[in-house]
Amino acid sequence: MTVVERREVALVDLLDRLLAGGVVITGDVTLRIADVDLVRIDLNALISSVNEQVPSPFEIPRAVPGTTAAPDGPRTEEPP
Amino acid sequence: MTGLRYVYAVCRPLGAPLQAQLTGVAGAPVKQLPHHGLIAVVSEVPAGDFAEEPLRAHLEDLDWLAATARAHHGVIDALTMVTTPMPLRLATVFRDDSAVRCMIQSWEDHIRSTLERLQGRVEWGVKVYLSAEPAHAAAAAAPAPKPASGRDYLRQRRQQTRAHEDLWQQAEAFASRLHDKLSALAEESRLHAPQSAALSGAAGPNVLNAAYLVPRARSEEFVEVVDRMRDDAAGPRVELTGPWAAYSFVGDLPGEEA
Repeated sequence: MTVVERREVALVDLLDRLLAGGVVITGDVTLRIADVDLVRIDLNALISSVNEQVPSPFEIPRAVPGTTAAPDGPRTEEPP
Repeated sequence: MTGLRYVYAVCRPLGAPLQAQLTGVAGAPVKQLPHHGLIAVVSEVPAGDFAEEPLRAHLEDLDWLAATARAHHGVIDALTMVTTPMPLRLATVFRDDSAVRCMIQSWEDHIRSTLERLQGRVEWGVKVYLSAEPAHAAAAAAPAPKPASGRDYLRQRRQQTRAHEDLWQQAEAFASRLHDKLSALAEESRLHAPQSAALSGAAGPNVLNAAYLVPRARSEEFVEVVDRMRDDAAGPRVELTGPWAAYSFVGDLPGEEA
């Protein structure tokens, strides 16, 4: 088995798999997280928490399909 | 307080014991629930947190979501050491053990065929990022010289836009070559939505976010091809993650909503 450097799994990679992957079985607790892409929905909250520590180093030139390119959340840009 | 059953995965009976101290979400011990020659891997969770209403509220809470996702993944990872599990979607919760057995019974055929298809396979994640052109990054960092006129300003803007377009085209062409090559090696592939740079904290936008289902025996070759293509890529940045349990390749049950 190839040994790949074992780093802590990034939360975004994990959520890609746990919210968009895994078998959807309706349990007794019926949640429609299958329909709702939480990673994207909660993006504003996430961005504000991420932005505090990691300001985006790169201005996104155009929207990547399926993502919110221009966050509405608070920005941490330096004032001019 | 009544406990609910959180189900992580269904798999064949384990050939080797699970880690003795394995805990799942909410720190509860993980148990095996055998039924019809299959086992559900479950733990007890408090109804106060995992009934429909509180769960919905919790999922809006990033810290809670992160902790739950990591705990779920921890169990799947431990299972992957000893078997090939069929992982379930995050937060699949049942009332009690008998409801879990009922679920296994209803989906037995599908579970068996899925386990058969995944047996001995792992998932690899490959992402391609548009890397910031050095000159461009520098220009972005330092305040641009104030344009002398409106025409100068427009010219600067046009040049910047064109440079961005070129970078995008180059990265997209590379991503598409890489995806073709890896798809040919893999048994299945799946494209996830590109990740937001603001969310991942990565430098540069994500142009490809793909998952590949690869037999363990061919994983070494797969990783080598990724490494080789990475070295060839002049601009775009390639990131490899894995091996993962086959989260992206379990498919949906017939009749269940995707």
